[in-house]
Amino acid sequence: MWATPAKLRAKGIVGMNRRNIRYIGRYNRRRLYPLVDDKLKTKLLAQQHGITTPALIGTITTQFGIKQLEVLLADHPGFVIKPAKGSGGKGILVIERCDSAHFYKPSGAELILTDIERHVSNILSGLYSLGGTPDVALIEALIHFDEAFADYSYEGVPDIRVIIFRGYPVMAMMRLSTAVSDGKANLHQGAIGVGLDIGSGSAVHGVQFNRRCNHHPDTNHALADLYIPNWQPLLLLAAGCYEMTGLGYIGTDMVLDRHHGPMLLELNARPGLTIQMANGEGLKPRLDCIEQQPAGRPPAERVAFVQQQFARRSAL
Amino acid sequence: MPRLTFYLIVALLLVAGIGASVHRHVQFEVPWTPGELRQVWEVEALIRFTARGEPVLVDLALPADQPGFRVLTENTASPGYGLAFVEDQRGRRAQWSIREASGSQQLYYSVRLLVTPDQSPPPQVPPPPREITWDRPYSTAAEQVIERAYARSADAFTFARELIRDFGDQRQGENARLLLTQFERGALLVRLLNQAGVSAREISGLLLEDGRRRQTLTTWVQVFDGQRVMLFNPLTGAQGRPENLLLWEAAGEAVLEVEGAVNSRVTFSMLSHYQPALVPDLRDQFHDETLLNFSIHSLPLEEQALFQTILLIPIGALVVVLLRILVGIKTSGTFMPVLIALAFIQTSLVTGLIGFLLIVAVGLVIRSYLSYLNLLLVARVTAVIITVIGIISLFSVLSYRFGLNAGLTITFFPMIILSWTIERMSIIWEEEGPKQVLVQGGGSLLTAVLAYLAMNNPLIRHLTFNFLGVQLVLMALILLLGNYTGYRLLELRRFKPMVDD
Repeated sequence: MWATPAKLRAKGIVGMNRRNIRYIGRYNRRRLYPLVDDKLKTKLLAQQHGITTPALIGTITTQFGIKQLEVLLADHPGFVIKPAKGSGGKGILVIERCDSAHFYKPSGAELILTDIERHVSNILSGLYSLGGTPDVALIEALIHFDEAFADYSYEGVPDIRVIIFRGYPVMAMMRLSTAVSDGKANLHQGAIGVGLDIGSGSAVHGVQFNRRCNHHPDTNHALADLYIPNWQPLLLLAAGCYEMTGLGYIGTDMVLDRHHGPMLLELNARPGLTIQMANGEGLKPRLDCIEQQPAGRPPAERVAFVQQQFARRSAL
Repeated sequence: MPRLTFYLIVALLLVAGIGASVHRHVQFEVPWTPGELRQVWEVEALIRFTARGEPVLVDLALPADQPGFRVLTENTASPGYGLAFVEDQRGRRAQWSIREASGSQQLYYSVRLLVTPDQSPPPQVPPPPREITWDRPYSTAAEQVIERAYARSADAFTFARELIRDFGDQRQGENARLLLTQFERGALLVRLLNQAGVSAREISGLLLEDGRRRQTLTTWVQVFDGQRVMLFNPLTGAQGRPENLLLWEAAGEAVLEVEGAVNSRVTFSMLSHYQPALVPDLRDQFHDETLLNFSIHSLPLEEQALFQTILLIPIGALVVVLLRILVGIKTSGTFMPVLIALAFIQTSLVTGLIGFLLIVAVGLVIRSYLSYLNLLLVARVTAVIITVIGIISLFSVLSYRFGLNAGLTITFFPMIILSWTIERMSIIWEEEGPKQVLVQGGGSLLTAVLAYLAMNNPLIRHLTFNFLGVQLVLMALILLLGNYTGYRLLELRRFKPMVDD
């Protein structure tokens, strides 16, 4: 039922208090937070720094602007509408394809233009933003996720979370949606967390509801066969977010697009600690190791360093 | 090094806090525990009136030594007024006088009373029954009422009891109603008793409850049967003196008489605290050091009663800090549980818990309808506030109708905080499901109950109110906790699967 603090310490597990004081408090300056809390700002910043993000179809900032929605969406068979200041995946509407009158969600549900206009109106009035402040709606091109993951996902897009500490990728996991999690990639709702080897991008460990798991419960594929193609470019992209934001301890959420390769979805200045459970390993030894490294190395050198330093053999 | 400064500040706070507390313990002999103490009530009467530029004479009845209470010290504050304490057949009275005053005036009288184990009451001289004359329609009514009660009684006390019952709500007859249109209940009962040849008088008493402000006196009827005296509640007919009743005016006279002014009234505030039996006169030591006395114990009673609660808030906040940092309990709204705990102090725990659950449950149902209306946030929360006020009013009326007086204390809940709680819970319900509502709501409630238990503990109340240095120690503790990087208790369970392998 309970572990002793000594055992957790021996495993190098970082707790909430330590994360808040030692890492977030020390390495993330408050005035930089808006860069990551607003997805539109993150996106514009990423474009300046040459970091790939899903293509922006348009933004809607006023209730009046909703009228232009039809024109904006005209040439796009699939798109994603999301609130700029949403958190935890709230208010994200994915349209996979559309015909003359109808829009279809990945689940097959049909929507008409009025439904989409109402959704945008809700976003603008702050229904999904923290504290209900007025928000902006982003319309992005649909992500065509890599076929390599088709066997490991139920409805949703599997995304990859990499923790970047002082510009070094320290730990990574992939989140796979399941039927239990209702297609969402939130671990506490029942998505599977798969720890990824920083060295090679292949799966090392998997958990669902904090319990070990070796197979995807819906597709029954072994997690051991899961690996991320294009791993090094993905790490490079993630590492570059340090120069881009100046935040020392961030979680980067990435996806692999069939056509465009690794892309940055969003950044998180307060990344959770479940990644330790997905990897079956504590963060502390790795963070300690990175704190010893000198500042000012270019991203490629940092990635090479961690790929060599944090390589792990699969436990699956 | 910033670390060094930090620990220096913490050490400084600790030394100052402990030093101040020890100083107060040694210098003023305030004991560390409330255990070996005697209860002392401080009661303050505030007389207000509007003077009209004429000479003013104010005459106020004063409490005397009586079974249960002994008068320790008295103080008055009445700048510009002449003051005399008079003791005559009317009892002890204070008389203020001034040649000319205009506008709103305030006079203070405060008394410290030591609660003493019951002693035998001083012999009381019963006042002779007065000759009573009634106006035409009332005399027959009075005779009939007396006859009815007389027939059903055996002695003076049972007669008084039956008489009072006849004026009670349930048995009120036509005669009783007629008489009540002309006379006040207390005075009327005394008249009827006197007419029947029973010595009786109307006296005024103050029900002592810790921390109450703006209270008024209640009327009681004292009945003599030749050897013994008995006190009756003129509303209920209950016999005997409640333990917390302080007889303020015991001679059947007016409590306050004011000449030369209008709108006069007197209100009372009171505070109970514990002092060692040996040094009951500690308050006077404060009065000596006039200018340099910054202690809150030099404030008027009304403000002190406020501070007694305010000084407890850091204790509640400390409980929240402990539970969040060391245990990792999730609450909805960081310090909401402290405010709920403060409400629990007023309502008592069980009533408070039931009230809180009722309000939040009904609020959630109504809020779920509001979410269909698709309102803007501020408007929605305002609608919830009005709903909460409606629920509280409804429950107050209902509990009053069913005779549950405890239900009336539901009004002590902070309504705006409750509305935000309902709003937040309902959003959690929609986004994360009812399970999270139970987790966070339960966490908040558990925190509130623990904070209440801490804030209501007699020892903690004693320490925070009597030793202001404790606040500095609390500050140091909280600064230290803010630096804690270890695991939370619940994390020991969360990460348990990781050490199993």
